[in-house]
Amino acid sequence: MNSENSVLDPKTSPTFPIAARATLGDTQLRKNVRHATEVIQNKRARVVAEMPDWQQLRESGRQIRQHTMANLETYLEEFERNCIRAGGTVHWARDGEEAKRIVTTLAKTYASQQNPEVIKIKSMTTEEIHLNVALEAAGVKAYETDLAELIIQLGHDQPSHIVVPALHKNRQQIREIFQREMNLPELGEKPQDLADAARKFLREKFLRVNTAVSGANFLIAETGGVCIVESEGNGRMCLTLPETLITIAGIDKVLPRFEDLEVMLQLLPRSATGERMNPYNSIWTGVHAGDGPKNFHVVLMDNARSEVLADSEGRQTLNCIRCGACQNACPVYRQTGGHAYGSVYAGPIGAILTPQLQQLHHAQSLPYASSLCGACYEVCPVKINIPEVLIHLRNKVVKQKGPLNPEALAMKMAGTLFRSERRFRAAQRLGRFAETPLVRRDGSGDGWIGWLPGLLGGWTQVRDLREMPKETFRDWWEKRGKRGN
Amino acid sequence: MFPETGKAVVKVLERLGHTVDFPAGQTCCGQMHWNTGYQAEALPLVGRFVEQFRHAEAVVVPSSSCVAMMRDHYPKMAEEIGDRKLIAEVAELLPHVYEFSEFLTVRLGLKDVGAYYPHRVTYHASCHGLRNLGLGDGPLELLRAVKGIDLIQIENMEQCCGFGGTFAVKNADVSSAMLAEKTTAVLNTGAEACTACDNSCLMHIQGALHRQRTGVQTVHLAEILAGSEGDVL
Repeated sequence: MNSENSVLDPKTSPTFPIAARATLGDTQLRKNVRHATEVIQNKRARVVAEMPDWQQLRESGRQIRQHTMANLETYLEEFERNCIRAGGTVHWARDGEEAKRIVTTLAKTYASQQNPEVIKIKSMTTEEIHLNVALEAAGVKAYETDLAELIIQLGHDQPSHIVVPALHKNRQQIREIFQREMNLPELGEKPQDLADAARKFLREKFLRVNTAVSGANFLIAETGGVCIVESEGNGRMCLTLPETLITIAGIDKVLPRFEDLEVMLQLLPRSATGERMNPYNSIWTGVHAGDGPKNFHVVLMDNARSEVLADSEGRQTLNCIRCGACQNACPVYRQTGGHAYGSVYAGPIGAILTPQLQQLHHAQSLPYASSLCGACYEVCPVKINIPEVLIHLRNKVVKQKGPLNPEALAMKMAGTLFRSERRFRAAQRLGRFAETPLVRRDGSGDGWIGWLPGLLGGWTQVRDLREMPKETFRDWWEKRGKRGN
Repeated sequence: MFPETGKAVVKVLERLGHTVDFPAGQTCCGQMHWNTGYQAEALPLVGRFVEQFRHAEAVVVPSSSCVAMMRDHYPKMAEEIGDRKLIAEVAELLPHVYEFSEFLTVRLGLKDVGAYYPHRVTYHASCHGLRNLGLGDGPLELLRAVKGIDLIQIENMEQCCGFGGTFAVKNADVSSAMLAEKTTAVLNTGAEACTACDNSCLMHIQGALHRQRTGVQTVHLAEILAGSEGDVL
């Protein structure tokens, strides 16, 4: 999907099967996604295998997150107190609209009045609410400084992965974007050439722009500190050079204690990028005279997270630490890439997070965008049972759609058959009779069905179906009993 | 749907000296309903299962996803129904429920079940057997002990074939793309047949292998283990 100037919004996106059909036709995209996910998966597997206590770490991670969610108010208030004590200002935003208003107002207050600009650290939370669009509408120019986000921004594209947002682009495509947007017609395609171009482009912004916007990997309740991990150092620039720093974080990002980072900073880099440690780990607390930003604001955003928290079966979704391992491991994502999910949160975590953030008013096809193979659950560093939540959400969708549609009626009928041996047997006989006109025999006399009507037509799109057996196991078993062996 | 698998299970178990019964009232474990979101339709099938199998010493199921359905969801489903007796009965029965290969390798501690199958075969690790049941190398060990077999390792053995129950029709395009990767991997092995512990995956893989007229078959693990030297294969 080439989403020129549009945003990935679950409210207006096509359903997953429709969007996936389009991305499946993009052979370059599929090649890029397959290559990138394979590389990251293999790196992850290597650094996870070297940890003898990986399963215990995952369990610790799960427990920390579960405990936090069970006591979220307490830890958020503790974070607020400690952040204010350290010189920060804390804002609360009920939803994305409120968060955008707060950030926009702050940006306009602190940024240069003639030419209001902000530099940004990669943040999925700002992508979730399409902050850049709001800033632009208010006359504030936002510059993404993460290399991948810069590629997305300059390419008028949308992120397709939560950690590696430009993973659907290859080097040649990135070169074309840079050549065009940075006006560098002679630019080479070596990684070094591309990195040099980005550095030159960004350095000037780091030195000029006096206000930065960041997300947060973790908020630490005990200290009021904020933690960001990254690979490029652009984040460190944004956190140290500007006069003003505005951090926006979902209320799910809080951790109780500083020492919880011991667990999280082992789980996150290994799961996300297959690194033992992130090249840059920044933790800052409030403001300090003569060192770093003078003004520090934190916007704590709910945006339907409270509703997710209220659902006892869905709430484990909030345990997510945004590592993207489930996306790399997912055989569905591997085929479609991220844009098909119609949300900045793609892949298995997106399939459960997006519909819940929409309170199931939108994105109802996403819980079905999975074969329930369980590869996501296996790699999740905080053991979110994604298949279980998918099934839970499917049940909610079914209830919402009601009993009067072809699928629900067929399911009801099947349920009736399964509750009675007599009806079950009759259905087997009837099925064999009903399929007769569709069955074609091959050379060995076996019957195959190559076309099915209605809902089942998806099956025969690329597959045949063997005819029902002349003699069921049940019939065989009874005959055998009568023969007495 | 797959009578040959049932017959093969009976043959292997009887060859090993066990007495097999087939309670006639059994129908479906409810996986299709449960996994598609039709929880209300699936719930009555828990009681039905207990009713049919409560007296068995061991329940052997030649489908890893059905066993995963029972193990992962039946306890919760019984609680949702809120019937104390059913909750207790499910807890009592589940430890006696085995996936077929698991029964052989874990409960009986066997690797060699005296099978003969002179064919080139590759094994696909069905997701639910692999991840939900933790079958690990058990099925492969059974296959390695089969006389005459030429077992070839498939690339990305642990990658889903794209079936996923109603996923195959609801997301037919994506499912097809996943299936294409799997059948390519099967064909690359040069095997005559692809085997697994789950007929649902095999039906899916077979559907494409037949559509493409590859001449490659699918065969349930039980049917390989049921093979013996006297058979015409």
